Amino acid sequence: MSKTVKLKKGFDIKLVGKAEKQLADFKPSKTFAIKPTDFAGMQRPKVTVNEGDTVKAGTPILFDKAMEKVQYVAPVSGEIVEIKRGDKRKLLEIKILADSKISYESFDKFSGTSLESLSREDAIVQMTKSGVWPQIIQRPFGVVANPDDTPKAIFISAFDTNPLAPDYGFTLQGEESNFQAGIDVLGKLTSGKIHLNINADEQTPAVFANVKGVEVNKFSGPHPAGNVGIQIHHIDPINKGDMVWTVSPYGVCQIGKLFLEGKYDASKIISVTGSEALKTGYVKTYMGACVDTLVEGNLKQNHIRVVSGNVLTGDRINKNGYVGYYASQITIIPEGDYEEFLGWVKPSTTKLSFHKAIGLLSFLNKGKEYVVDTNTHGEERPFVVTGAFEKVLPMDILPTYLFKAILTEDFDEMEELGIYELIEEDVAICEFIDPSKNELQGILRNGIELLMYS
Amino acid sequence: MKALQNLFDNLKPNFEKGGKWEKFHTLYEGHRTIAFAPDLITGSRGTQIKDAVDLKRVMITVVIAMIPALLFGIFNVGHQHFLATGMDATFFDKVLIGLISVLPILIVSYAIGLGTEFTFCVIRNHPISEGFLVTGMLIALVMPPNVPLWQVALATIFAVVIGKEVFGGTGMNILNVAMTARAFLYFAYPAQISGDQVWTYLGDKTPVDGFSGATALAVAYTAGVDGEPVTKALAEHNTLIGDGLYSFSNLFMGLIPGSIGETSTLMALIGAVILIGTGVASWKIIVSGFAGAYAMGLILNIFAVNEYMAMAPQYHWVMGGLAFGIVFMATDPVSAAQTEAGKWIYGLLIGVLTVIIRVTNPAYPEGIMLAVLFMNVFAPLIDYYVVKANKKRRLQRATV
Repeated sequence: MSKTVKLKKGFDIKLVGKAEKQLADFKPSKTFAIKPTDFAGMQRPKVTVNEGDTVKAGTPILFDKAMEKVQYVAPVSGEIVEIKRGDKRKLLEIKILADSKISYESFDKFSGTSLESLSREDAIVQMTKSGVWPQIIQRPFGVVANPDDTPKAIFISAFDTNPLAPDYGFTLQGEESNFQAGIDVLGKLTSGKIHLNINADEQTPAVFANVKGVEVNKFSGPHPAGNVGIQIHHIDPINKGDMVWTVSPYGVCQIGKLFLEGKYDASKIISVTGSEALKTGYVKTYMGACVDTLVEGNLKQNHIRVVSGNVLTGDRINKNGYVGYYASQITIIPEGDYEEFLGWVKPSTTKLSFHKAIGLLSFLNKGKEYVVDTNTHGEERPFVVTGAFEKVLPMDILPTYLFKAILTEDFDEMEELGIYELIEEDVAICEFIDPSKNELQGILRNGIELLMYS
Repeated sequence: MKALQNLFDNLKPNFEKGGKWEKFHTLYEGHRTIAFAPDLITGSRGTQIKDAVDLKRVMITVVIAMIPALLFGIFNVGHQHFLATGMDATFFDKVLIGLISVLPILIVSYAIGLGTEFTFCVIRNHPISEGFLVTGMLIALVMPPNVPLWQVALATIFAVVIGKEVFGGTGMNILNVAMTARAFLYFAYPAQISGDQVWTYLGDKTPVDGFSGATALAVAYTAGVDGEPVTKALAEHNTLIGDGLYSFSNLFMGLIPGSIGETSTLMALIGAVILIGTGVASWKIIVSGFAGAYAMGLILNIFAVNEYMAMAPQYHWVMGGLAFGIVFMATDPVSAAQTEAGKWIYGLLIGVLTVIIRVTNPAYPEGIMLAVLFMNVFAPLIDYYVVKANKKRRLQRATV
């Protein structure tokens, strides 16, 4: 049964710097990179190429020794120019200098009918060796799925409610057949249903309009209504022992294209957003693109932070850093390393807050877009305020109790309080509104790792 | 402001590792973050932006919500002084007397409390938390105007050390810190915080002949014992210093003897409006607290065996410190129930218990203090069952 779910809890963070709905003319990036740190739960990354090797788009360059079947491949063809390591030789980035014309590794090609007869095993083999597999995320834990498992269902969120999120209607224009093929392939992988969750408040983009083989559910409400974890909770929640997979719409298209065209195509439309960008908009590039061409000459001022992804779940990167594997936007915001005289009590209409404590007036102007910098607006404190997380997390979960269970490493409590249903992105909004400034996403990941490796 | 920033910057090396005041680093940070919101930025992972709220702002909101009660309390202490001594006085005379009585208590409460807190922060090397901003004000407001200052100091130290710091500081305490201070005095020095003589500030003056300093609660209790209707007893109380001292409207306004900030139901309600409007306090606790008191009043009416039990329940709202206690004490998020369902039960039981203690227990004319402390202790139990129900829902789902 498809469902319509109205969510009331949550908070939309409205920021200045929405991407204009057009392809902006940025110079193409020259280098691209794969960052093992993008993959939560990757335990022992092993590089299979050396500096100076040439690769094609789809050539394996990396795998996790804990799950050797799954290959991580080059997004573009070109030369491996650097394998960057950090402290204790931790693998950080594998950089590729792109050819001017991309050449592709070739994989098996299918048409509509031959795709139907494709077996589950063959599909998995093609997906794991070609590099599209990491698009599939396993819940619980939010790690790359294990091809040996069979999930009880697959969930796809067809909209993104994060701050300044890209519009799938724009980025996935003309991808209808790829998306459908992707769904057909994914259908072979699960014993259950594929849930496609669309936004009830907006017109459904063409790419999601007439998809076969899925159950369509509608969601409405403020962020995090677009988070797939919230949607799973309301459709078919994850209990202990359950396993479901999630895929982003882009991932579905990439999988579909692999089978229809026989190539690993990492081309991707990402959005350039944020209050400090002179020019916002969409740009067609490849996964793992270097952001230098998007940032250089495109800044209102120089004291800024570039974020790969959105401001709730993204990572800080350098001005010549690389867009993350799963990110579909970059956000440029001001750095906030300044002191503010009596900043903790001064009334302000320009500071964004979910709360209404004395002097915080942003609740008076709900439609306004804000410039928000990276200042924490206060120091870390123990949990004091109660009931706030519950107002932004539309799940039957008690976040504070869960976080305390994680901090005290109480395994039974964590399980009983529903840690299997959450990954970082789901509690990101709690972390944003927390008056005590705790790093809730980090705390949650610690809890997940405790359970995973115990 | 640059000058102040420079001053802090110049002092900074002394407080850094290896500096001569290294141990007092936390004091330096504490003061600097009060003058200037800190220049901390978000990490490379996790949310890249944060809400503008912080705990300091939450706490100062509560302090602001208490200011009407404080100002009215200052006036009322003077007002009661001149009523009792039978002298005419202007508004300013009353405020002046009020200031003479209240300011020293407020100053002692803050100075001693912050001093204790700072000492602990330095010893434990943890950051100075803003919790005492609220506690310091609360302690002063729940003291009788005649309380000796050394007792305020002692109670404050006891509350901060035993009530809070031994549990790990702000956010970790089990009991409401200000209530702990008051309960300490109540049991350690009952002569100065109970009876009929402590609620009116007299200074060096003597009251008019026949003056009784009994509170409305004490009058009501005595009426119950004597078999006289409570409203009649209240109306006839202290008529020689003016009619209607304990009329319903006077009780509501708070122009009655009592602890400094708790007499006025109106001021507590103004505070409640601020706290609920800003979302800082739980409206569930406040609403259910008043509802519980009213409901218990009604139940006692049904089973009334004396006049106090037969008293109209709305009188419980305006007598004593019920309103102040429910609005400012019961809603302390740390010591209250922390689940949303739990807050309803917690508030309700505070109201119920307060009325039971008032009406049935001859030793304690006012019940709010003990009710809040009692429910502070029971809040984790309430939460335990709410959390258990949540876990159970999750388990049941699994078997479907």
